[in-house]
Formats: sequence, structure tokens, C-alpha cells
Amino acid sequence: MDFLNALVALLNYVIIPATSYGSQLALGALGVTLIYGILRFSNFAHGDTMAFGTTITILFTWWFQSLGVSLGPLPTALLALPFGILATAALLLFTDRAVYRFYRRKKAAPVILVIVSMGVMFIMNGVTRFIIGVRDQNFADGRRFIINALEFRKMTGLSEGLALRTSSVITIVTAIIVVVLLFWYLNHTRTGKSMRAFSDNEDLALLSGINPERVVAVTWLIVAALATIAGVLYGLDKSFSPFTYFQLLLPIFASAVVGGLGNPLGAIAGGFVVAFSEVGFTYAWRKVLAYILPASLMPHGLVQLLSTEYKFAVSFAILVIVLLFRPTGLFKGKSV
Amino acid sequence: MPSPFLVGESMTGGYGAVDILHDCTIAVNRGEIAVIVGPNGAGKSTAMKAVFGMLPLRGGHVQLEGEEITRLSPQDRVAKGMALVPQTNNIFSSMTVEENLEMGAFLRRDDIRRTMEQVYDLFPILKEKRRQPAGELSGGQRQQVAVGRALMTQPKVLMLDEPTAGVSPIVMDELFDRIIEVSRTGISILMVEQNARQALNIADRGYVLVQGANRYTDSGEALLANPEVRKTFLGG
Amino acid sequence: MSPTLRSVLLFAGVAALYLVVGFLQSWPLAVTILNDGLIVAIMALGVNMQWGYAGLFNIGVVGFFALGGLAVALISKPFDSAAWAAGTPRIFFALVVGAAVILVSTRIHRRMKPGASRKLAMLVVMVAGFLLFRFIYDPAVEAVEALTPAATGNIGGIGLPVLLSWPVAGVFAAAAAWIVAKTALGLRSDYLAIATLGIGQIIVAILMNEDWLDRGVKNIIDIGRWPVPREVALQQQHWFISLAQAVGMDIRTASTVFVGLCFASLSGIVLLVLLLLAELSLKSPWGRMMRAIRDNEVAAAAMGKDVQRRHLQVFVIGSAVIGVAGALYVTLHGLLSPASYNDPLRYTFIIWAMVILGGSGNNWGAIVGALIVMLLWDEAESIGPSLIGWITAPLHAGPLKHHLIDSAVQMRLPIIGLVLLLVLRFSPRGLIPEK
Repeated sequence: MDFLNALVALLNYVIIPATSYGSQLALGALGVTLIYGILRFSNFAHGDTMAFGTTITILFTWWFQSLGVSLGPLPTALLALPFGILATAALLLFTDRAVYRFYRRKKAAPVILVIVSMGVMFIMNGVTRFIIGVRDQNFADGRRFIINALEFRKMTGLSEGLALRTSSVITIVTAIIVVVLLFWYLNHTRTGKSMRAFSDNEDLALLSGINPERVVAVTWLIVAALATIAGVLYGLDKSFSPFTYFQLLLPIFASAVVGGLGNPLGAIAGGFVVAFSEVGFTYAWRKVLAYILPASLMPHGLVQLLSTEYKFAVSFAILVIVLLFRPTGLFKGKSV
Repeated sequence: MPSPFLVGESMTGGYGAVDILHDCTIAVNRGEIAVIVGPNGAGKSTAMKAVFGMLPLRGGHVQLEGEEITRLSPQDRVAKGMALVPQTNNIFSSMTVEENLEMGAFLRRDDIRRTMEQVYDLFPILKEKRRQPAGELSGGQRQQVAVGRALMTQPKVLMLDEPTAGVSPIVMDELFDRIIEVSRTGISILMVEQNARQALNIADRGYVLVQGANRYTDSGEALLANPEVRKTFLGG
Repeated sequence: MSPTLRSVLLFAGVAALYLVVGFLQSWPLAVTILNDGLIVAIMALGVNMQWGYAGLFNIGVVGFFALGGLAVALISKPFDSAAWAAGTPRIFFALVVGAAVILVSTRIHRRMKPGASRKLAMLVVMVAGFLLFRFIYDPAVEAVEALTPAATGNIGGIGLPVLLSWPVAGVFAAAAAWIVAKTALGLRSDYLAIATLGIGQIIVAILMNEDWLDRGVKNIIDIGRWPVPREVALQQQHWFISLAQAVGMDIRTASTVFVGLCFASLSGIVLLVLLLLAELSLKSPWGRMMRAIRDNEVAAAAMGKDVQRRHLQVFVIGSAVIGVAGALYVTLHGLLSPASYNDPLRYTFIIWAMVILGGSGNNWGAIVGALIVMLLWDEAESIGPSLIGWITAPLHAGPLKHHLIDSAVQMRLPIIGLVLLLVLRFSPRGLIPEK
């Protein structure tokens, strides 16, 4: 029984939160890694792209709510999501046209593009703050829990409760659907294959008649969708504020780099490595240990390896360690 | 002599202020094999790139089937029926053999399966390995993938930049046999080669370049027989 | 127009802008912006050494800046004997143990052959080391933090004059930079950028959470700023009262301006000394070699230059300069507020905008860029809302107008982004290009 309780506590406080956080990071990191693979630079504006997509989604959510439109138990934001994606896609295509294309044509050094993306980051960050303000926004509605802790305890008779939040389930299910669609697209469609070819060997792709502008445009469209979905899922799970989303850039970069920049599978693996280490290092294990260790062996304190404030530090420690031993990430990434 | 199928005539130009090519002329007739040979740094690959539109030209022009194509981008030349196999990085190493071939046919909207079968007939080993990432193949097999990818565009002229660089002599002979086979199907071939003797052996026409200019131009047979060419470029 | 004349005109123009702020808005505001501007100019100088001289992409600027601030607190705050008795030595001992563990495990990694036994040995050393570290560290930290947490609750300082802390700040930042460089400089372009970003954030996280060190989010206040006098003290001096009357300012404004100007002179001296050293180093054989390496790393390495060692040097020196700026910043405000560093936009990326705007590789450019961007940044706060208010005057009062005026200050981010993009596009070498 104690073993089961420990397992439930582990699920409740570590596995489920880390899996949903990992899914959000993976979707974010996929966007970063696609841009790196196709456009060959690290996009510092990615966190703010997520913030912009989420902002538009929130505005539509509010509008739908004021009209009385809802999805019942599901959050209204899901209904607003496509509009957020469309707006973000328009923004990214415009940015590419107005900013990035010039440097692409000039074949500018990747580091210049990184600095350019810093400028874009400033603008997007300010625009988002201008539209929605700097405060925290909570836009999740619908049913909060699929199973709450009390019901679970009644159902199973265990002393430890399992709370399954709607947002966690939506996150994980959506992430699976998105990833399957993305890989199907990359591996089985003409345009998807041409994206991989372009990422693999740009010169040869040109010699094969692949149109670089089309590949780039499709990439931005996919990135818009990935970023907005990742942002909205994170916001539903926690809450939205422009600064938090800017900061999300850190674990997202860590995920993409740990997995190997430019490698989509790596981005997913990286997302989960980072999420599980963040949660694992900052969770107070006392609760779980209390069920399985005899009282005499029970250590003092919370059995927390690092305080929660160090979660970003954990993702970067992982990043640095991985880079030291495998300079291009767990899966083979590229470096330009 | 009728005007050749593909000709780069009196090409002069380079990447920066300094010209690499000086009044250089390269041509290939329909269904024939033309080979460019010469010492290191003679501008052999550059001449080929110039024909393909990858080098800014200050003088001269390029014609395909009598049509002026000097101003076309490399991509547009692909659409006109030219295909190039670069010397290095000439495959998509993370993609499977079959995907490499599909990418070769990217511009085509018709059924590509017949062409793919033809490539597999030409290089049977590729059919066996078609689901493997091309980067995992041996050097010679990778060259076959590279040539196969170029053939998938159904080119009228195939341009090869040192296709036998870094492969063993046996594989080299095998590759030359395949190239002859390709030319028999009516595809013109323009090729840069380090192994001058073997290349001239299969060439209908040979160009010996020195310092970006034509030094000798003749049939392959005649060049092989020319004592001066033998002494200076073929090692006796 | 000759490059020198162009620079002189630019500096004169910037000086005029600051005077305009003084005449049209207020002198305290002008002096505040000037002080901010001089400090970020020093930061920009440091970033320019790393990026402009050597092409190193450091976006962990805020970490070195914060470390410099920490040095001020540790040097100038009085010695805390209660904390010493409670556990300060034990904390330091724990840190030494922690360092030893890392040293031993890297030794193992280097000495032993790759394989399962090496992995096992490293794992054992690290896990045992971590447990030992926590065993020594935790009780000592708890004891120190329990001491009068409302006032101190940290290890205090060593009670030396604050001016002494400025060079120490450079040493702190340099030491951290050395560790960073040893781990991350081998990485390439984007990877190095991301690694420094992360390390910067780790430093900030440590300062925010290790209360025993600097009281974390509770801030350290009342940091001395000798030799600059305090406003309250000035307001009681007879000579100052008559001086204020002579220039026709009320006494409080006059004291703010006077103190600000004193501080600006100090920062100005530091800036000029660093600028002189930077210019001399740039023109020395060392500086020429740096630029040769930046322009063609492969060729320089082939010529027998030790690229990695040069990069390490310039990374450490540049970071030290940023650390000194951090010390000035904390001294100016008399406050160490670790939580305020948790904003890479404000303390890292904006410095980059300054360097790019001014002209990568040119020290004068970095300074002029810093003074301009700082003015833009601070003015957005004071002029922005009134400007939007003026633009929206025809609108009826309502939520939209209210929102626009409220958010006006946020427009400074896009404005700086836009300036950055325009410079990169149309004048990629900046206002004062590298010679």
C-alpha cells in the first residue's frame, strides 16, 4: 500500500508535471530547431513569438467568452488557438520579408542573424507588452480537473491523492498529435522532404531545383503554429506574462541544444531531459520517501536537491555538461 | 561543324577582382562525353561552374541547344535540363537513398517511378540500400547516389565534377563504365577529371586547361596520342 | 568629413541632448540619465572588447555586472562577528569542499580511461561529494540566516572603503569569467552564446537565493559611497545652502544634482582610465593579434597563434570591466538588489544594442552608443506617456486611451529594437566605424 502511495505521489508531483512541462518545452524547442536547421541561426525572438501567439489567442478567448461561446469542459482558448496561429504566421512572414530576407540574400554570417533576431526580440517583446500589458493573465476556463485528489482517494482508498488536471492532459495529447503530424509532414510530403533536404545540404537542394523562399516560408508557418501551441499550452497549464515567456527562451534553448540544434527528434528528447531534471532536482522528495523508507532511515529536511528558484540553473547545468561531453548535443546536431 | 549542344564560349571571369578564367571555351555535343583535364589549380572546376552559372562572367556566353542562357541562375538551368554533380557534399546524407532520388526529381510533376527504376538498373546496389541513410554508404556508393540524384531530373546534359575523387581504382573503372552507359542513352556528359588518362580514354572530346585558358582541345584519342600532352600532363 | 571630426560632432551632439534634457525637463533627471549612461558606457566598453576585438558572443553580461555589485557589499559592509561565530567559516569550508569535489572529478575524467569504471568513479565522487557538501553547508547557512533576518542574516562584509571594492569587483568578475571561459570558450558561435546566457542567469539565480551571501531578494541597503557626500548631510552645510541660493535652485534639487555630478565625475574618471587602457591595448601588438584572430581564426591558428588562450584573455578582461561597472552601479544607488538583475533585456541585450549602434570594434563608438541608448531608454519613461497623451488627445477618455497611455513606456523596447535593426541594415558598422 505504501508503495502504491509513493507511486501516486511520484506521478502526481513529478511524472505528470514534468511530462506536461516537457511537452511544452519540446514544442518550443522544435520551433527553435527548425529555424536553426533551415535558416541557420538561433532565434532569440522565439520566446516572444510564443508570447505574441498566446496574446492573440487570449484576446480571442476573451472575445469568445464575452459572446458566450465555449467548449464546455475544455478551455475556450482551444477554439481561439487557430486565430492565434494565423496572426503569428502573418507576423513571422512579415518579419521574414522585412528583416531576415535581406541577410539571407546577402549570405550574412549566422552570428549577424542572431543579433538581428535580438532586435526582433526587442520589438516583439514590446509589442506584446503594449497589447496586453505586463501583468499575469490567467485564461484557462472549463473544467479544472479530470480527476481531483479527493475523488481519487475515495475511488482507490489510498491516502495519497492524484489530481489529474485538464490542462496536463490537453498538453500531452496535443503535443503527441502535433509531433506526429509534424514528423508525418517532414517524412512523407514533398514539401516536408524538401525542407529536410534544404536543412541537410542547402547547395545541393538548390541544384535540385528546390525553391529556398518557399521552404523558408513554410518553415515560418510551421514555427508559428508550434510556437503558438506551445505558448498557449504553457499558459493554460500555468499562466501568461510577457516576461515569463521571454524567460522560457532559456529552457527552450537548453532543450534544443541538449538534443542537438537542427535535429527535431533531439529537440523532443531535449525537452523531456530538461523538464525531468528541472523537476527532479527541485522537487522535495520527502513526501515520496516517507512512504517507502522506514522511519529510522528517514533523512532530515525536505530532501530537495536544489531550491525551486534554481530550475533554470538546472537546465543550463545540464546544457553545459552535455555540451562538454557531446559538443553537438545528444543527437547529432549541426553547427554553422 | 554544327553548333554544339552545350557551349561556354570565350568565358572570362572570377569570384573577385582577379579573373580565374581567360577566354576559355568548353563545349559538348549531343550524346557525347567531353572531359576537362589539367594540372591542379588550372580552373577545371571553375570552368564547369561557369557553364552552370555559378561564376560571374565578365566576358563570353553560354548556350544550350542554341539558346542563350548566360544570364540564367543555376536553378533555372536545372529546369532547362542541365544537372550538376558537385565534387563534395553531393548527397543529402541524412536522407535515405530513395529520398535522395526523389529530391533529384523535385521539379518534376510526372510519374518518377520509371526514372527511378532506370537509376536502380544502372546502380543495382542502390535498390538494395534504398531505405538506408545515404550518409552511411561507402564512398563509391555515395557517388552512385549523387549521379543517380542528378539523373532523376531527366537531364539533357549531365555535368560531373571529379566523380572519381577518393574512390578505389576498381570502383573508378566501374563508375566510368556507368558513365558511358548513361551517355549511350543520349545524355551529353561534361566531366572534370583528375585521372586524365582514363578519362580521355572514354572521352569523345578533351579539353586541357592551364591557368584558366585552353591549352589543347581535340578528340580524346588524339590528345592521348599527342606526345606533348603525354609528356606534360599524362606523365609520359 | 574626417572620422575624428565625425566622432567629435557626435559626442558634442550627445552632450547637447543631455543639456536639452536639463534645460527643458529637469536637472536631476539629466544627471540621473548621465550617471546611468556612464555606467552602461563602461559595460559597453567591456562587451566591445569581447565582441568588437575578438568576436566572442557573450550574452551573460548581467551575471558579471551583478557579481561586481556583490563585491561592493562584501568589501564595504561592516564585519559581522555574530555571523562569523554562527557559521561563516563553515560555509567557506563547505565551498572549498565543493570546489575540491569538482576538481577531483575532472581529474578522474582526465586521468582514467573512458569506460564503465570511470563513469562509476565519477558518479561515486560526485554523489558522495554533494552529500558531504550539503552536510557541512546546510547547518551553517541555516545558522547564519537565522541571525536577525530583518536587518542582516548574511555574512556581512569586511568593512573596507567602498572605493577599494571597485577593483575587487573586477577581480570577482574576472574569476567568474575565467571559469566560464574554461568550460564554454571551446564551443562555437551559437552554442557559446546560449551557454553564456545560461551562466549569466545562474549567477543571478545564486545571488537571488543565497540569502547568507547577500540577503537575496531582501536586498542590502545603506551601502556607503564615500567620497561622494550624502544629500541629507549636504543640505545642512552652510556653504552649500549659499551655493544653491546663488544658482537659484531649491536646496533639495541642488543637493541631488550636486551629488549626481560628484558621482558622474568619479564614473567619468573610471571610464576615461578604462578607455585609455582599452585604446592602448587595441593599438598594441596584442590588440592587432586579437583582431587578426577575429577576422580569420583559421589563418591565425595556422600562423601559430594560440587562439584559445587569446580568447580566454580578452573574455576575462572584458568581463572584469563589466564587473567594475556593476560595482559603480551598486555604489551609485547605495543598494544591492539581486532581484533587479533578473532581466536580461535590461542588462544584457540592451548593452549589445549600444555596442552595435556605436560601432563594433570601436571603443569611442561603444561609449557614444551607450549614452544615446540610455537617453532613449530613460526618456521613454518620462516623455513616452506625455507624447502618447498628446497624440491621443483627440480621442475620448476611455479604456483604449487609458491603455495606450499606460503602455507607452513599453514602447521603448520596440524603439530600441527598431534602432538596432535599422543600424544593422543600413549602417552595419555603426555610428563610429572601426578604423
